[in-house]
Amino acid sequence: MIDILIDVMLMSFLAITAIAIIRIRNLFAVIMLFGIFSLLSAAVFVVLDAADVAFTEAAVGGGISTVLMLATLALTRQQEEKPPAHTQWLPLTVVVFTGAILVYGTLDMPAFGDPDAPAQQHVAPYYIEKSQTDTGVPNMVTAVLASYRGFDTLGEVTVIFTAGVGVLLLIGSNLFKRRRDEDES
Amino acid sequence: MMYAVAAIAILITMGLALARALLGPSVFDRVLAVNMFGTKTVLLIAVFAFLSERHDILDIALIYALINFISVVAVLKLVEQKNFHTSGADADAKVKSE
Repeated sequence: MIDILIDVMLMSFLAITAIAIIRIRNLFAVIMLFGIFSLLSAAVFVVLDAADVAFTEAAVGGGISTVLMLATLALTRQQEEKPPAHTQWLPLTVVVFTGAILVYGTLDMPAFGDPDAPAQQHVAPYYIEKSQTDTGVPNMVTAVLASYRGFDTLGEVTVIFTAGVGVLLLIGSNLFKRRRDEDES
Repeated sequence: MMYAVAAIAILITMGLALARALLGPSVFDRVLAVNMFGTKTVLLIAVFAFLSERHDILDIALIYALINFISVVAVLKLVEQKNFHTSGADADAKVKSE
């Protein structure tokens, strides 16, 4: 009962925040709302028992990306240049149409949590039965992410590390040069 | 029962913080609302850990508290000084010399 209430409340907060992010024109407020959004989705991941995904969301979404967007904002302006002037009926129609088709597409899918669904038949039973003895990790999602898909996660970490090094090489050298100029002048 | 009531109270507080983040006229209202929301998320996760008896979630609540603290400090530094490479002492000196 209380689980459902928490789920419903968190999801409706998410929806409110998302709509507000679209509507508000003050970019600083939007960045703050992005921070709240990722905190909320991290909480949802915790409720879904996906601890690692929640860690990543909190660190990347709530921590780094808020700071990066604010750093960008410090270089630009607080307000958008002008609100979009064109009528929004065409985009709305397209979105509603696409959404309706997607919803129609889900009608054939097995019910949520159906034990006979193909997704539950493949490797999931093996993980449920063996992950504790294979890896000794108490959380099943963690076991899959860090152990069974260890190489995949290692690849992702490599990609992120490379991206970070690239950004540091591009921006960092510029920053140090500017500092040296300031020292000399 | 006690945990359920605590969870509901925290959810209501989250709603209030969200309202302040949406309405808040000044920059600091919004920063404070985000900070408050982060604290409430930590509390909600802690309560949820006891509610669902998954005590390993408590570690996540600790990490959230750390991330929340660091990111609020970073946000305030950016708002106040517009960059990361000047220290607070530099900014003070600048204000004095002006």
